Amino acid sequence: MSVRGACDDCVARSWLLARIAGHLDVARNRVPALLELGDDDLIAELAGRDEAAVRAELDAFDADGYRTRCTEVGLELMCRCDPGYPASLWSLPAEPAVLHVAGGTGRLRDLVEGHVVAIIGARRASPYALENARSLARGIARANVTVVSGMAAGVDSAAHEGTLEASGRTIAVLPSAPQRAYPAAARSLYRRILTAGVAVSELGPDVPVRRWMFHARNRIVAALCAMTVVVAARQGSGALTTAGLACTLKRELGAVPGQITSPLAWGPHQLIKTGARLVTETSDILIPAFGMAPLRDFTPPPRLLVPSHLQPLFDALADGLDPPQAFDEAGLDAEEGLTQLAVLELGGHIRRQPGGRFSIAG
Amino acid sequence: MLARVATFAIDGVQPRQVWVEVDIRAGLPAFTVVGLGDTAVRESRDRIRAAILNSGFKFPDGRITANLAPAFLRKAGPGFDAALALAVLAASGQVPAQALTGYAVFGELSLGGELRDSAGVLAVAEGARRAGCTALIVPRSRAREAALVEGLTVVAVASLRAAAAVLDGGSPPPLPDGPAQNGARSARPPDLAEVHGHEVPLLALEVAAAGGHNLLLEGAPGTGKTMLARRLPGVLPPLTRTEAIEVTRIHSVAGVHADGLITARPFRAPHHTISPAGLAGGGSPPRAGEATLAHRGVLFLDELSEFQRTSLDALRQPLEDGHVTIVRGQQSLRFPTRFMLVAATNPCPCGFAGVDDRCSCGEAELRRHRRRLSGPLLDRMDLLVDVRRPADQELRAPPVTSSAEALARVSEARDRQRHRLAGTGAACNGEMDARMAGSGARLDDYAADELGRAYRVGLLSARGRHRVVRVARTVADLAGREDVTRADVLLALSLRQRAGVEVPGVS
Repeated sequence: MSVRGACDDCVARSWLLARIAGHLDVARNRVPALLELGDDDLIAELAGRDEAAVRAELDAFDADGYRTRCTEVGLELMCRCDPGYPASLWSLPAEPAVLHVAGGTGRLRDLVEGHVVAIIGARRASPYALENARSLARGIARANVTVVSGMAAGVDSAAHEGTLEASGRTIAVLPSAPQRAYPAAARSLYRRILTAGVAVSELGPDVPVRRWMFHARNRIVAALCAMTVVVAARQGSGALTTAGLACTLKRELGAVPGQITSPLAWGPHQLIKTGARLVTETSDILIPAFGMAPLRDFTPPPRLLVPSHLQPLFDALADGLDPPQAFDEAGLDAEEGLTQLAVLELGGHIRRQPGGRFSIAG
Repeated sequence: MLARVATFAIDGVQPRQVWVEVDIRAGLPAFTVVGLGDTAVRESRDRIRAAILNSGFKFPDGRITANLAPAFLRKAGPGFDAALALAVLAASGQVPAQALTGYAVFGELSLGGELRDSAGVLAVAEGARRAGCTALIVPRSRAREAALVEGLTVVAVASLRAAAAVLDGGSPPPLPDGPAQNGARSARPPDLAEVHGHEVPLLALEVAAAGGHNLLLEGAPGTGKTMLARRLPGVLPPLTRTEAIEVTRIHSVAGVHADGLITARPFRAPHHTISPAGLAGGGSPPRAGEATLAHRGVLFLDELSEFQRTSLDALRQPLEDGHVTIVRGQQSLRFPTRFMLVAATNPCPCGFAGVDDRCSCGEAELRRHRRRLSGPLLDRMDLLVDVRRPADQELRAPPVTSSAEALARVSEARDRQRHRLAGTGAACNGEMDARMAGSGARLDDYAADELGRAYRVGLLSARGRHRVVRVARTVADLAGREDVTRADVLLALSLRQRAGVEVPGVS
C-alpha cells in the first residue's frame, strides 16, 4: 500500500465512477442500486457504446498518476482497505471506494471516532429554520459532537456556521472535488471549516458535479452519523432522502418542527409522524444519539434575561409577529417600538432577518 | 459694415458671454458663420435668411461673415438665431447699430420671423446682468423667467419685427402679468393624510425629510413603497428664493420647464433603464442628468436592483460631493447635485423573501439581487426601512398624520439645524460630513455609550456609525432637544435596518 493510503483497485473504482458520471446521471434514479455493482457489471450496464473504450481505459488506468494529481491539489486519499476507513460507512450496501479528503485523513479519522451528528435541511430556508440549525449545531458542538452537513446554502451552511461559532469541528461532505468549495459561494465558510475540520467526497479532484452525486453524497452523510437531524425540508427535498437512508441504516433520526402551515415544515412533520424524534433542544439530540446527559458546560449559556419592560415586545416577536404587528400587540407606537427593538437587538436577544423580521436569538 | 451684438452660450448650467460680429462687404453673395458652432448654428443661416425676408426686411447682398467670439468656445443650439439676425440687420443699416449697445439678445427664430421658445433664458438673463448689459431681448413666452433677474430691462418680443421696432426707438411691449402657467408643477403633491397604517415608514419619511437623509424603502410588491415616496415632496419645506432660482435655471437649461419660477421641490423618478450619463449627466455637449435635475429635491429610484450597476456607481460622486464634474473632450463642467436619494426595492427578485414562503427565487438569483443592492450605494443610505403590508385594522384606522402637520414639524427641525449648522456649509444633518457628525452632533454621555455598544457588538460599521449619528441628531431636532439622547440613538439604529439587503441570513 502506498504512503498516500489508497490501493490501486479502489482508486480505479473511483476513476471509473468519474468516467461514467454522465451515464450515471442519465440513470440517476437507479444510482443506489447501480453503485452496488462491481466494475465489470457497472460498465456492462451503463457504458453502452462506450463499453469497449471504458474497459480499455480502465485497464490502462494509471493509479499513480491519479494519486499524484490528488496530492497536487492538496487532497489526501483513504480507501476502504485502509484500517482507518470510517467503520460506519461499512454499513452501506455500496461504501465509497475512496474518500478524497481536504484537511487530512488523520483529522477525518479523529473526527469520526468521536460522536458524529448530521444536521441537514432546505437550501432556501426561513430565518426560523436557519436560526434553529445554527443554535442546535452550536449546542451539540459544545458537547464535542462533530457536525456533518453538505455545505449547501441555507440550513447546511447554518449548521456548519453554528459549529464554528462554538469552535467545534465539522465535516462537509461534498458531491465532488473537495479541494474547493461547492457551491462556490460558500468559499469563506469552506476555508473556516478546514481550519479544524475536513471536506470529504467520494469523487476526485477534477470531476464536475452532476445531479446523481448529491444522492450518492447523501448516503455518506447518513452512514457517517449516529443521528441525522432534519431542520426544514419541503416535499421532495434531498434532506428527506438522507433521512430515509438514515432510517434504513438504523441510525437515529430527528426532526425540528415548524408551523404546520409552512411548506418548509412539511418534511420534518412527516418524519415525526413516522417516528422520528422531535428535536427542540440540544438534549433531544445528545440523549438518544449518545445517551449523553447534557452537561452543564455543554449547554449554551442560559438565555439572557429580557428586561421586564421589553418583555411584551419580545414575546410578540417570539410569537412570529413582524415588528409593526408586534408594536401593536405590545401597545407601543412606532417610535417607542423601534427604540425598544434596538435595545433588544443590542442586547443580543433578537436577530434581524431578511425582510424585516426578527428571530429570537438561540 | 460691421455690427456687434452680445448674446450668451450656456456651458453646463452657466452662461458665457458670446459676441456676435457680422461683417458685410461687397462680393459674391455668401453667408458664412464661423466660431465653432454646431450643426444647429450652421443651419441658422437658412433660418435667418427666411426670417429676415418674411419679416419684411431686405436680406443684404454681398459677402456676409458672422463670427461668434470667443472662437475657442463651442457653441451649440439655435439660441444664437435672433442675435445673428439683428446683427445682420444692424450691419446692413436696417436697424440703428448704436441702438444695440447695452443689449443682449437670445432666442431661436422661425422661418416666419417669430422668436421661438428657447431653453436656458434664466441663465442668459443672469449672465446679461453680470456682464453689465442693461436690456435683454428674449422670446415672449419666456418673459417671466427672464424677469426673475432684477436690474435688467426685459424686452420680451414675439417676433424679429417687434425686436427691430424696439431698437428703432419704440417702447418695449409690457410684460405679460399673472403667474406662470406651469400646470404640472402647481399641482399639490399627494398628501400623507391619504395613507393608512405604515406607521414606521411614515416616521422614517418624516425623519428623512427633516434631516435631508437618503432613504431606502424595502418591501414586497404592492406594499406602498412608491406611494410613500411620492408623498415626500409634500413634507419638504418649500424652496428658498435662491434655491428656487438655482432650480429654475437648471430646469430651464435642460428644457424641461415651462416658464416662471419653480417653487416646489423637484421630484425626479427616472426609469430603471437609464444610462449612467442620463443619471449623472454627460453627452456631448454635456447635459445635466437626472441627479442634477433633482438638485434641491428628491431623486427617486424605484426598483433599485433593476438599475444597471454602472448607472448606480455613477451616482457615487454626486451623492458624496453634492456636484458632479463631467469631462468631455476639452470641456470640464460641473453640475450641482444636492438631492435626497430615495430608493425602493423588493427584498428579492420575486418580491416575497422574508414575507412568507411564497418566495420562489433560487439561491443564485437571491445572491445576485443582494450583491446589486449592497456596496457603495447602500453605504450612503442613512435610513433603511421595511415597508410591510398594513394589517386590515390599520387600513381602517384614521391616518397617522397629514402632510401639513408633518411639514410643520419638519420645518421646525430644519430651522434648528440651520441655526446649529450656520457657517459650516451644510444646510441639514444629511449634509454633515463625518467630521461634523463627530464633533457637532452633541451626543450626551448615555447616547455615546449606546453608540459605542452598537459598534462593539458589530451592529455598525465605521461608516454606519456616522450615518446613525446624523439620523439621531435629526430625531433629536424633531423632538426639539439640544442634546442627542440614548433614545434618539436607539431609534436611529432601528431606522437603519440592514439585514434584508446586506446580510443574506447565512452567507
